[in-house]
Amino acid sequence: MKAKIHVTLKNGVLDVQGKAVQAGLAGLGFQGVGDVRVGRYVEIELAARSRAAAEAEAKKMCEKLLANTVIENYRVEIAE
Amino acid sequence: MKSAIVVFPGSNREGDVADALQRASGKRPELVWHSTGALPAKLDLIVLPGGFSYGDYLRCGAMAARSPIMREVVARAKAGTPTLGVCNGFQILCESGLLPGVLLSNAGLKFICRDVHLKVATRRSLFTHRYAAGQVLRFPVAHHDGNYFADAGTLKRLEDRDQIAFRYCTPAGETDADGNPNGSARNIAGVFNAAKTVLGLMPHPENATDPATASALGGTTDGKTLFDAIVEAVSK
Repeated sequence: MKAKIHVTLKNGVLDVQGKAVQAGLAGLGFQGVGDVRVGRYVEIELAARSRAAAEAEAKKMCEKLLANTVIENYRVEIAE
Repeated sequence: MKSAIVVFPGSNREGDVADALQRASGKRPELVWHSTGALPAKLDLIVLPGGFSYGDYLRCGAMAARSPIMREVVARAKAGTPTLGVCNGFQILCESGLLPGVLLSNAGLKFICRDVHLKVATRRSLFTHRYAAGQVLRFPVAHHDGNYFADAGTLKRLEDRDQIAFRYCTPAGETDADGNPNGSARNIAGVFNAAKTVLGLMPHPENATDPATASALGGTTDGKTLFDAIVEAVSK
């Protein structure tokens, strides 16, 4: 099993990297670039036997380390 | 006074804090390498120094906050042992849950290394009781992620319960946008836990304690008062 985890800043938390990327894209001539949010992507190989067990394990990892839930949301996908 | 400074891979201000504490207390703190696993018994003060622990991997302070020695730091701090976190130490205290909120990247996206002005928000703590209320201090900062953030409810609670220690301000003491170097919510530069036995702040009081350095480089000794205050409080 592989957990594919996306960690992103919550709405309302200033994303300074996103702002810089937005300005950079505009500087390169891209038109119509709206809000940009920069996040983190983590892939983890898991020994879990079932999708449900893998998902539960990955969510626990997010709560304990991979995300700071004061400012970040996370989304877990499980691939076999 | 018996104090310990916890050193992680990538900590770099432990010597400066040790010098500042020695200057204030006459006694050299013990440096405790994170993997030794145990803090000395009966400590009067625990310090988490500045630096870039674990290369700021994942989030500033995140890895250090989950290291085994932090379980002991959290237990001692919760039992009332005074605990000070400066810069990366503040980030670690937030990541470990001992202090509310989190430090985001500076609003201007730049690393800031210069002196800043701070206003003493309260003198009712073991760390700040020797300052005057509203006193304006000058400490150096050196950080990329010092932008204090907490949700609106937490910020209100911090203000209602007198848990804000220092605010960034202009040289004249105005706590406005001009005096805010990094975008911190409500100009917050340092906060206490509810019991006010744990203090975290981004500026470096330890680098404003040495008269020779201050006169040679045009700095201040405003930070010495903080260390003197701790020594006085724990010696009672």
